[in-house]
Amino acid sequence: MIDRRYRAAPKEALRVEPLGELTAIFDRRSVQTHLVVSPIPEILAAMGEKPCDAATLAARLAADFEVEAEGDVRAIVAERLRELADLGLVAPA
Amino acid sequence: MRHGTRIAVGPVQFRVGSDWAKPIAALDRLYADYPQHEDRPADATVRLFAARPWRRWLRPSVHIGGDYVVPDALPLPLSMGLLAAEMGMNLQVALGWRRHLLLHASAVAKNGRAVIMSGASGSGKSTLAALLGEGGWRLMGDEFTLIAPASGEAFAFPRAVSLKNQAIAELAGRVDPARLGPLLAGTPKGDIRHLIPRADAIETMHEPVRPALLLFPRFGGEAAVVPMGEGEAFVRLTEASTNYIALGEAGFGALTRLVRTVPAFAIAYPDSASGIALVEDLWAEAAR
Repeated sequence: MIDRRYRAAPKEALRVEPLGELTAIFDRRSVQTHLVVSPIPEILAAMGEKPCDAATLAARLAADFEVEAEGDVRAIVAERLRELADLGLVAPA
Repeated sequence: MRHGTRIAVGPVQFRVGSDWAKPIAALDRLYADYPQHEDRPADATVRLFAARPWRRWLRPSVHIGGDYVVPDALPLPLSMGLLAAEMGMNLQVALGWRRHLLLHASAVAKNGRAVIMSGASGSGKSTLAALLGEGGWRLMGDEFTLIAPASGEAFAFPRAVSLKNQAIAELAGRVDPARLGPLLAGTPKGDIRHLIPRADAIETMHEPVRPALLLFPRFGGEAAVVPMGEGEAFVRLTEASTNYIALGEAGFGALTRLVRTVPAFAIAYPDSASGIALVEDLWAEAAR
């Protein structure tokens, strides 16, 4: 499977507000509110400014949260990235 | 239009026009003691008009119009002209107001702090607010609560309380009959009778208060209190706001601040007395 690369939204485009177990994200470009749960906020925070793929992100998350970067985590991150792209919160690079 | 009046409810200045005298006379009676600001331009216009000129006399039916209209709204018989006026006023505020985040919620206040109660029709938010407003509380409104995006303060919208069905008897026995409007029997919402808020609620209607407690009441079942997380309160209030989307980031900021700074609870109650006791208990906790 091809590991696609994605680019995070510009920092100024999103306003991210943690609300307990949910995180509310306001996208200033679309004027839409997104409500997400973990690991979406963690994925967005780990993306940085340069394009990255699921493997790179899984490795970063593994370092931060003490999880295994291979296998399931990488597949989950890839799936979440596709969903985030559908929402317009990340873009294919 | 042939007949007209101006009414100020909280920060909203209404201009109401009508093809008939009767609904205007009923409004003028309900809102006689509200402060007037004749020099201020109207924020919202409501028009009650006949479908055809002859329908002013022949089986008169009232169409609701204004700055915003609902295309499929059915006309009401003239006997319900006051209800038509109220529905028109609510509609203009719900669809047109932009200065505050508008919550479909009742509210009461004490010592400069507010309890905001959000719920669907039938949740009892209106009755609870009306009963509390007859006790040691200032009634802020039975239908809408306005949140200022910049300060987070709550502003009152103390229109005449729309008592429905059983709530009519519950309140009618407690208040001066002069504060009650005519009984509107058999409306699409059941029986309705308006209650003029107490003088203190009208005199202080421009005074903002700090939200201190968010409640999501549900009438029926055993008394219960369930703490609600910030995320769920946020979701429920976006659904309860008629202008959240229109306000954009200002609405987002106001709502995230509200749910972060104010404790929220879902409450269930079998009767008004239990409901009021729950509110008073939670208030005592929150005010500590």
